[in-house]
Amino acid sequence: MRYLSPHTINEAVAALADSDGDVKILAGGTDLLVQLRAGMKAPGLMLDVKRLPELRSINVEKNCFHIGAAVSGAEMGEHESLKGSWPGVVEAMELIGSTQIQGRATPGGNLCNASPAADSVPAMVAAGAICTVVGSEGSRDLAVEDVGISPGQTSLGRDEFVVDFRLPERPPHSGDAYLRFIPRTEMDIAVVGAGVNVVLGDDGVCVDARVSLGAVAPRVLLVPDAANELIGRKLNDEVLEKLDAACRAACRPIDDKRGTVEYRTQVSGVLARRAAVIAFERAGEK
Amino acid sequence: MTTNGNGLRWVGKRPVRPDGVDKVTGRAQFGADFTLPGMIVGKVLRSPHAHANIRSIKTEKAQALPGVKAVITAADFPELPSEIEQAGEVVLNFRDMSRNVMARQKALYDGHAVAAVAATSIEIAERALDLIEVDYEVLPHVIDVVEAMEADAPLLHDDLYTMGVEPTPDKPSNVAKRVEFSIGDLNAGFEMAEVVVEREFTTKPVHQGYIEPHAAVASASEDGLCHIWCTTQGQFMVRYYVSRLLGLEVSKLRVTPSEIGGGFGGKTVVYLEPVALALSMKCHRPVKMVMSREEVFRASGPTSGAHVWVKMGATKDGRITAGEAVLKYQAGAVPGAPIGPGCMCAFAPYDLDNVKVVGFDVVTNRPKVAAYRAPGAPISEFGVESVVDELAKKLGMDAIAFREKNAAREGTHAAYGPTFGEIGYTETLRVAKEHPHYQAPLGPNQGRGVASGFWFNIGGASTAALNVNEDGTTTLISGCPDIGGSRASLSMMAAEVLGIDVEQVRPTIADTGSIGYSFLTGGSRVTFATGMAVIEAANDVVRQLRERAAKIWEIDVEAVVWENGEAKPSGSNAGDFEPLSLSSIAATAGKTGGPITGHVSLNAQGAGPAFGTHICDVEVDRETGRVTVLRYTAIQDAGKAIHPSYVEGQIQGGAVQGIGWALNEEYIYDEDGRLENPGFLDYRIPVASDVPMIDAVIVEVPNPKHPYGVRGVGEVPICPPMSAVANAVANATGLRMADLPISPPKLLAAITNGG
Amino acid sequence: MVKTHVNMTVNGEAVEFLCETKATLLDVLRDELDLTGSKEGCSSGDCGACSVILDDRLVCACLVLGAEADGGNVETIEGMADADQLHPLQQKFLEEAALQCGICTPGFLVAAKALLERNSNPTETEVRYWLAGNLCRCTGYDKIVRAVMDTAEEMKGVSK
Repeated sequence: MRYLSPHTINEAVAALADSDGDVKILAGGTDLLVQLRAGMKAPGLMLDVKRLPELRSINVEKNCFHIGAAVSGAEMGEHESLKGSWPGVVEAMELIGSTQIQGRATPGGNLCNASPAADSVPAMVAAGAICTVVGSEGSRDLAVEDVGISPGQTSLGRDEFVVDFRLPERPPHSGDAYLRFIPRTEMDIAVVGAGVNVVLGDDGVCVDARVSLGAVAPRVLLVPDAANELIGRKLNDEVLEKLDAACRAACRPIDDKRGTVEYRTQVSGVLARRAAVIAFERAGEK
Repeated sequence: MTTNGNGLRWVGKRPVRPDGVDKVTGRAQFGADFTLPGMIVGKVLRSPHAHANIRSIKTEKAQALPGVKAVITAADFPELPSEIEQAGEVVLNFRDMSRNVMARQKALYDGHAVAAVAATSIEIAERALDLIEVDYEVLPHVIDVVEAMEADAPLLHDDLYTMGVEPTPDKPSNVAKRVEFSIGDLNAGFEMAEVVVEREFTTKPVHQGYIEPHAAVASASEDGLCHIWCTTQGQFMVRYYVSRLLGLEVSKLRVTPSEIGGGFGGKTVVYLEPVALALSMKCHRPVKMVMSREEVFRASGPTSGAHVWVKMGATKDGRITAGEAVLKYQAGAVPGAPIGPGCMCAFAPYDLDNVKVVGFDVVTNRPKVAAYRAPGAPISEFGVESVVDELAKKLGMDAIAFREKNAAREGTHAAYGPTFGEIGYTETLRVAKEHPHYQAPLGPNQGRGVASGFWFNIGGASTAALNVNEDGTTTLISGCPDIGGSRASLSMMAAEVLGIDVEQVRPTIADTGSIGYSFLTGGSRVTFATGMAVIEAANDVVRQLRERAAKIWEIDVEAVVWENGEAKPSGSNAGDFEPLSLSSIAATAGKTGGPITGHVSLNAQGAGPAFGTHICDVEVDRETGRVTVLRYTAIQDAGKAIHPSYVEGQIQGGAVQGIGWALNEEYIYDEDGRLENPGFLDYRIPVASDVPMIDAVIVEVPNPKHPYGVRGVGEVPICPPMSAVANAVANATGLRMADLPISPPKLLAAITNGG
Repeated sequence: MVKTHVNMTVNGEAVEFLCETKATLLDVLRDELDLTGSKEGCSSGDCGACSVILDDRLVCACLVLGAEADGGNVETIEGMADADQLHPLQQKFLEEAALQCGICTPGFLVAAKALLERNSNPTETEVRYWLAGNLCRCTGYDKIVRAVMDTAEEMKGVSK
């Protein structure tokens, strides 16, 4: 196994193109190194993308946040204006693992590890984040929800990788939130996750919404039916109940060591409700 | 000089532990930190099957790989007869131990060792493991204890006939042993009862969860002398077990214990030690073996999972009239569940006339269980304390008042045999009742639970040596690994007797070649039993110091007293001499008779039983089933706390382990019998943010059999938490959770279906 | 076997070594540099016993490749005391018996130091969540959390 740490995107793309697919991209490494140690992965090349400047910064361009794919969770958490505009996205990233994990884990790695339980992904999906993907053919945009397609599998080409995440411009009265359920208070993989992102009118009526669920299907789900229960309405118990039902209806979970079908389904609605309350509160404050 | 007002200068104080600086600077050497010149590494090949016949193992290819120095299988271990041997407090069968260390003919669980290699690097060793060809015939397996007892269950051992049944069955089964004891007249007891509660409980196997994986370095020289350095709760245990497993003379093996990174009972057995030595005996290179965390979970001992049935009856005025229990404990791959102590402890906190307990030791396709803190007791006591709580509720009585009414006291004849001497159970109940926690208000969806616990504690064989150095400082040598601060408590007792500063006692834990036999660190025995050896050794040193002073002064030894670290004439009649300090006597020791040393080996009797009562507040999230522990108070009789901080630490640590057992910890197997959660990610021990401060309250009802009144403290704190939590959940939700862990899916299902 | 040439600073000293790609920073510290104070409890980032500070970030050394640390500045438990003066956290852990077996202690101390450098006045909840990635099976966390908070209190007093 070779280790390569390119300094330019072109170098990285060339190395990927030359590798015949026998390569793993090292962003944060908090999943990859565990898989390596367990013998689950043994690539011929370890391509460290942390020295690519484009992947390592958080910028605002045209009122949109660009988050480098290899920015750490801790760095996102320390970015006050990002946190102010997208508290749900930042919280979701910060929920991943411990303080130590936060020093390493990255949104790019979390997305491309393609776990349906990845915490940052439902929040990014709810936010409507778009990734910039580069490869030998150049660069393209891809909605976050279109990246992970099944556990461990992405839609990226063999020579492609994610450069950054672009979050949409934030209108007034908008807010997002992400909640997940884990058995302990920290350190577990999400049993269920729910992201809600809303834009309200001056009257408090929801004008736009996106709702996403994690760990209830082979990939992170964008749930338009759930969002539709919010759009055009103010938040009340009846709306929350419908949101809850729409989320439950969208679930296609499995029984595994972390939860049962029944549990995941039931709790997906609970978390979506609770996240919606927080997102509306945040939107109302702005 | 300050004393505690009771004439004690050190006992009861909180000095910095003597091994502390090494541990806060990273200097302390734990098992995996040890290296030797020329050392190579060993790795174990483990069965991927829960149950399989091993038709053949071909090692030639592995052997031929450059860098591989030795390959072993069960064929490299002597075949031992099945014989039951009583060794101290432990029942041993070396044939079974041998089969657990290295599978012979059959793999009995996922992770069972089937072969091992030693090579010049980890990479080569791992490649060599891949080259070993094992031909398995996969067999049906059984994981659950109740299923394993069924007549048509897959049979682990075709020569296992249930002991304790008359006549011995003519067919083999998975039930290794049946035990039963009873007192009084059970039927009459239940006839007297006006309220009866009967309930079934299950508990899952839980792992000790020490943060330090097993590790050993073994070196066998060409003349047959062997040395093992390892992390263990007992260097003498390792020496004896490995000698028996490999057919060595005990004197040819020396075992040096490293610092130990947690054990909780899990390091009272051997896994890697005999394997590393067998490898070294083949290649005569030092061989180092360290388990991965996955290996720790798959192949080292958890405690039993169990099925527990409890029935208790009481009169309307709150007197328990009868208690009955049937306990089925998993042993794992070979016999040896802690069913004996489980049965004996079940009803021990109560003064009962009519009791019957039946227990079963059942083999299943899981790793062989190892001791875990009060082995067996937390399981049966979870059932009993849950039923006690239900009885109190049915009677409309306060949970503590009901326990007080039935509590074992001095003179109570315990159902398991002995008559209690001075014990502190009612003291813990009184303190619990008066604790502000017990009266504090609760919010919505919150509940408070109370539960008590009992553990025997043990004494046993211990050796201690106390050497007076040239400058009057002393060296204290113990044969018991220090797992949680015993060097501090032993030094304090020595300093107390000698009347010197605790800093002038420097303790070490010696290897098997440097101190007399000592039973392992376990059973909450070290501060009690080794402490007694230390006190006697110190008394012996004091006697010698008085003799030396008498010699110097040329007076009778009876006329010399030892006070505050000095020899003094006993009174004006004895003569007028300036006191002689320890250092001045030490400086002239050569002239007055040679080195001054105390050396005591004893078999300590009279370990005082320990009782604890815990109060737990929880809040239940009715929409997710999450249980949050809000407040926790643990009250325990320590007899006498030598170093209260480390006593509190034992209580706090035990309580949190119990909270983990109650709420989240469990082994999860797939349908092929493979462990699905062999890591700290999904085997969920409590993290710092899961728990509140644990208010540890020490009650001191001295143990009359110990010079300072010490009772063991390490084990009883894990007995009450499971029922304290379950009782709190019952009070918060009205639901009696009888299956551990009370995990969110389980509790949410119960709330949805019946709350 | 392809090895990477790595230069880094460990506890203020420049070190240089050849590193196999799969070797983690923890492997390097323990096996190459003989700094065995960082412990391996899980190799999966779940226990925190190998906590070190890499370029001012608290990380698990088992989740960093040795090769990645090229040019990096690493602080381990061995560098925590200043000459013969223990760090206030080390001193407080001793005084308050915040360790039993001691295997997790180096990781807790390094993690707690990183906390106090960012937040000199943490609440109990903040301490507990910051340290949630450090497992301790002996203490039940009580005395560890208290020692960290008491150290913060004491250090505030000194810096005034």
